[in-house]
Amino acid sequence: MLKVDRLAGGYTSGNVVENISFKVQKGEFFGILGPNGSGKTTLLKMLTGVLPFSAGEVRYNEKSIKDYSPKELARTVAILPQLSSQNFSYTVREIVTLGRYAHQRGLFPQISAEEKEYIEKVMEKTGVQRFRNQSIHSLSGGEQQRVFLAQALAQKAEFLLLDEPTNHLDLSFQISLLDSLKHWTKEQGLTVISIFHDLNLAGLYCDRLLLLEQGKVRMIGLPNEVLKEEVISSVYQTHVKKQSHPAVPAPQLALVPDKRHAAQGVIETNMLQIARNHILVKSPFPLKTLASGVIGAGNGWFKNFLNRHVDKNYACMDHKNDMKDYIRSSGLEVSETIGMMTAVILEDECHCFYENDGFSVLIVVTAGVGNSVDAARSYCHSGEMKPGTINIWIFVNGTLSDEAFIQTIMTATEAKSKAMADLDVIDQITGTIATGTSTDSIMVAATQQGEFLQYAGPIAPLGRVIGQGVYEMTSAAIRKSRRRHNR
Amino acid sequence: MRKRFTLKFLSNGAGPYFLAVIFLVASMLFALSIGTVSIPISDILFIIGREVLHLPVDTTAYSMNANIIMNIRLPRVILAGLVGASLAIAGAAFQGLLRNPLADPYTLGVSSGASVGAVLTLFFGISIPRAGGFTLPVMGVVFAFITIMLVLLFVRAVDPAMKVESIILTGIIFSSFLGAVISLFIALTGDELRAIIGWLMGSVSMRGWNYISLLLPFFLFGSLLLLLNGRELNALSLGEERAHHLGVNTRSRKLVILIGGSILTGAAVSVSGTIGFVGLVIPHLTRMLWGPDHKHLLPLSILTGGGFLILADLAARMVASPVELPIGVITSVVGAPVFAAILMKKQRERRGMKHA
Repeated sequence: MLKVDRLAGGYTSGNVVENISFKVQKGEFFGILGPNGSGKTTLLKMLTGVLPFSAGEVRYNEKSIKDYSPKELARTVAILPQLSSQNFSYTVREIVTLGRYAHQRGLFPQISAEEKEYIEKVMEKTGVQRFRNQSIHSLSGGEQQRVFLAQALAQKAEFLLLDEPTNHLDLSFQISLLDSLKHWTKEQGLTVISIFHDLNLAGLYCDRLLLLEQGKVRMIGLPNEVLKEEVISSVYQTHVKKQSHPAVPAPQLALVPDKRHAAQGVIETNMLQIARNHILVKSPFPLKTLASGVIGAGNGWFKNFLNRHVDKNYACMDHKNDMKDYIRSSGLEVSETIGMMTAVILEDECHCFYENDGFSVLIVVTAGVGNSVDAARSYCHSGEMKPGTINIWIFVNGTLSDEAFIQTIMTATEAKSKAMADLDVIDQITGTIATGTSTDSIMVAATQQGEFLQYAGPIAPLGRVIGQGVYEMTSAAIRKSRRRHNR
Repeated sequence: MRKRFTLKFLSNGAGPYFLAVIFLVASMLFALSIGTVSIPISDILFIIGREVLHLPVDTTAYSMNANIIMNIRLPRVILAGLVGASLAIAGAAFQGLLRNPLADPYTLGVSSGASVGAVLTLFFGISIPRAGGFTLPVMGVVFAFITIMLVLLFVRAVDPAMKVESIILTGIIFSSFLGAVISLFIALTGDELRAIIGWLMGSVSMRGWNYISLLLPFFLFGSLLLLLNGRELNALSLGEERAHHLGVNTRSRKLVILIGGSILTGAAVSVSGTIGFVGLVIPHLTRMLWGPDHKHLLPLSILTGGGFLILADLAARMVASPVELPIGVITSVVGAPVFAAILMKKQRERRGMKHA
């Protein structure tokens, strides 16, 4: 266990860090964060005994660092410093072997077979075995970093201190290094204390974090507690947005650049291009989008919005790639495009532009009710996928919160179902009122400029517009489609 | 098969030592053999066999040559060997400790200190009672020791952590100051000018066995201090903090290495004057041949440095014979181009690496 108690110290010009207290338990992965000049490296130097401290106490396993002899300390605490240039071209093996210095005794110690085996083991662990007889100078920065990690591991210490260990490493080695460290904390009870530059990596791997601000502890806690938008924004003087990691439960922070130079504008009706084969909206700048559909589903930022007409007997095994080809053939970039499909004749499309206090909404609906479904009784259906029949687009000229995005979807869906009910659209299989069709798609795209809209529930200003607009447009589109069928 | 075995033998373990010893012995035999009177190597072996090892060899036929070998050439060769060995191992240690391949035994101003001692002796015609003819080397060692102590005290006063950078800077300050003192005496001197300049340029001629017995204890003690710190030098050459991380007691080890190197340098300078480039080039070459591991670099530098200075002294005797050149001129004439070549090769390698 590492125990730091009211530690203060620095250089002759004065204390760089002050009043630092924390504990790190055995087997813990502990991260130290802080902006440049906040005292991270100074703190680490005091923890390694390189820099004397002016007040306070550092204890490893209940024994003060001052009571350790240099060799004893090296057997307890190993350090992986930031990479520095080397003047002499030692071989990898020679460097790793030096890690055993503190374990050797006598004036001219011989390296025993056991020692050799251990050295081989750490070289294998760090993947530097194949360089063993090469000069350190012949290796890349990342490889050198791994050699020095092997050296630190050769010390067989209980505590491993690292100073921005992922510097110089490319992505795959960053992850493999941190994965290994994490693994060793769990398997061998290694205690890792590491300075991190990358807040997101720290959030991914650390059990707890210490955030330094101007030489003082701003916060110690779980990654979720420390990596908060307001905390990080104030300490780092940078605008960040917190989000959850898409694959694992860890907090992630996204940097937000200065938006002064971002393109400005509004989405208007005249941007709607209706052709025989598709309806297209080309925005001059990306819109924040939440969508279902063939291409571009989920969260994202998109510039092109395409609703493609396909024959009602369209049956393509690989409709996603077919759609991508279509987008490309229309001269659009796939990664910037939301793509939907419909069998509806596109001239039956209905749209309307709603203006309100501070924001405006463009709603575009294509609807056909050939394969309507009552969601409450959909278990009666076979589950065969057919081209979407009610596609709803909602463009909002305003800034939407995350919840407003979801509420927009809810409100729009409710309005759509209500329109179907009022028009007596029947589920052909169950004989009940349908709530939608089997493959409906919906999309909300917001400019994220102008008025901030926190809510989009049915009685919020935005929700009112959307509820009314989607209801009216869906009803109109269904009527048009019916008229065409009855002809 | 055989070739591979030979290569392996030569690059591992005992191989480098084998080669270095052969180089040293060959240099000694050459230097003993060549001269105004040429003596066959077989005769040399007989003479040494009888005179040094007291073997029952009949050498009455060689009594004239025996005199040349035992009283003139052998002490000269051994002194050159010891001086070369001292400077080379001290250079290797200073380069490792100061993490600076450009460091040499003179970086810390030790040689300037010894020179001041020697120049003072020559200038004032000082003669220490009892030391007699040894006054000059004794003064040299004393001044070298005073200098290193002053340097270390000064470093400690300015920078209690005794960082390598502070040590180098202090060395430069002391060197410049002491160099100015020497220049002052040279400017003031009249008749002794030739003696002073001659001494400053270095020589191992006409010193005899007494000088060897003066240098030998310093050589043994200084070398022992350094050889015991091979692993520590490896760690220190990775950087002081790194050495600390690895468990090296950096402060005391640094001090021991500095003192060991200074004793060697001071003693060598005192008996032979400032002989340049040996302490710079020899460790470099040795490192290039057999790697930077100080456990081997230090003893190998002793062997190669000794051999090199014996050959340099031979050249000093023979190039413009019968006029004898100062040995420092030879080492510099050979050393500077070699060092330039090393530097060019290194730079090219480094640039090549960046392109790769």
